[in-house]
Amino acid sequence: MIDLLTIFVLAVFVGFEVVSKVSTILHTPLMSGANAIHGVILVGAILITGRAEQALEVTLGLAAVFLATVNVVGGFVVTDRMLEMFKGHKAGRPVKSAANGHKEVGE
Amino acid sequence: MSPTWVQLAYLVAALCFVLALKGLSTPKYARAGNLVGAAGMALAVVTAYVHGAVHNGLLIVLAVAAGVVVGIPAARSVKMTAIPQMVALFNGVGGAAAALVALTEFLAVPHGSVAFQLATVLTVLIGSVSFSGSVVTFLKLQEVMTTRPVLLPAGQLLGIGAAAVSALLALSVVLTGNGLLLVLLAVAGLALGVLFVLPVGGADVPIAISLLNAFTGLAVAASGYVLANTLLIVAGTLVGASGTILTRLMAQAMGRPLTNILFGAFQATTATATTDEQRTVRSGTVEDVAILLGYAHSVLVVPGYGLAVAQGQHAARELAQVLEQRGITVLYGIHPVAGRMPGHMNVLLAEADVPYEHLKELDDVNPGIGSVDVVLVVGANDVVNPGARDEPSSPIYGMPIFDVDRAKAVVFMKRSMRPGFAGVDNSLLYNPKTTMLFGDAKESLTKLLAAVKHV
Repeated sequence: MIDLLTIFVLAVFVGFEVVSKVSTILHTPLMSGANAIHGVILVGAILITGRAEQALEVTLGLAAVFLATVNVVGGFVVTDRMLEMFKGHKAGRPVKSAANGHKEVGE
Repeated sequence: MSPTWVQLAYLVAALCFVLALKGLSTPKYARAGNLVGAAGMALAVVTAYVHGAVHNGLLIVLAVAAGVVVGIPAARSVKMTAIPQMVALFNGVGGAAAALVALTEFLAVPHGSVAFQLATVLTVLIGSVSFSGSVVTFLKLQEVMTTRPVLLPAGQLLGIGAAAVSALLALSVVLTGNGLLLVLLAVAGLALGVLFVLPVGGADVPIAISLLNAFTGLAVAASGYVLANTLLIVAGTLVGASGTILTRLMAQAMGRPLTNILFGAFQATTATATTDEQRTVRSGTVEDVAILLGYAHSVLVVPGYGLAVAQGQHAARELAQVLEQRGITVLYGIHPVAGRMPGHMNVLLAEADVPYEHLKELDDVNPGIGSVDVVLVVGANDVVNPGARDEPSSPIYGMPIFDVDRAKAVVFMKRSMRPGFAGVDNSLLYNPKTTMLFGDAKESLTKLLAAVKHV
């Protein structure tokens, strides 16, 4: 247990350190990216379902697998879409002014 | 303990997550960082499956497939304007998944050590709070329910009561190892999450989401204790810690302490209902505004969520081009929290290909705002509300704003006199310098464009 606690404490410091400076433009993508990362609960969901034997445990485990998968893939895809919007702006070059420059699904 | 190769794979995945968060805080590496995070996740999931899916392998694959089938189209089809509520929803399902994992493990192994039991109750409680809280933030952002702070009668007492009941249930689960009590604890957690988010007002909802995001991280870390899995502990803690910092940074961007945002509504009085009806509003026609713009030297456009929702960005850009051809300087003032989340407006305008060099931030605009001839406020409200600067009683007091009331004239494009997302009345609407132009942002801009060409 002490090993796990050590890992926890060190991870707290890494977490604080890693995000100590971030510009407001990136607040939303960063939040969304962190959101995708806690979808790692999928690993836990797979492990418990993998050793579950009773029907109730299997059902709950599978529900967890499903929800965690939605969290993971949705989180990464949404973050990528947001960051895609910033591409081309990094170099500060003028953006093409074509009215239909981006074709986004769902517009 | 898992075999060495599994531990090593988890270590690599954990490193990927650290690099992902690091990358996401620098514009240059943000997208690469996100991809590194996704790669780490893929590695971790495949490892867990190969090593851990002793039973039910096919069912697990099917559940993952179902998650992919639901998650990817949802994430791909969501409009950029609706991103914040999507993030809230994804966070909520993550919290629910963490609670379910701990619950299932508890059913399988009901009598573990005290540390194990503690981790279990924490995961279930925080996961449930995060889930129900996220659902309420989703409903607020989607405007299914009111975006104003919801103050239940004795709401504060209810909240304290729910917290106390949760603590009692948590304690009794640890002492008795009773599964039914654990389920009751989950229910209490759900109630707590709802009570926690209801009083948070519209403009502050994103900060609540960020905090709930950190909560889910902590729930995942606690579930790592339950399963004695280092990767869950590391990744969950990373999100918990970085999410906490991010929440604080977002609160700072709004110029307000976090406690004020979360609990401010408890103190807020309804005394802000001043004598609005007696104040006069000057509403103008498209032609009036066209003349005002056509003879200006400098124009500042302050876009808000209303512009993005109406998809009026292209009309705004065309209008700016016509004005520039007349020798008028046109700039855009982008507030850090314009839209529904910090940085959201930058995403929306980037999507509409508005020239990046025309976008100016608060500090670049405010010092010279007195010499701006016309400020065109399009679908923004809270970010130009002088109340944030002048009225200590205002719920958004302290938030930095564009001081557009110091410009020579203001044109306010708005659908109605309805208050903005924060639900706060805006005295700028009644300012003698202000001309209201009612209507849908895109329609008004298109009409304005035609009218300016004839000036």
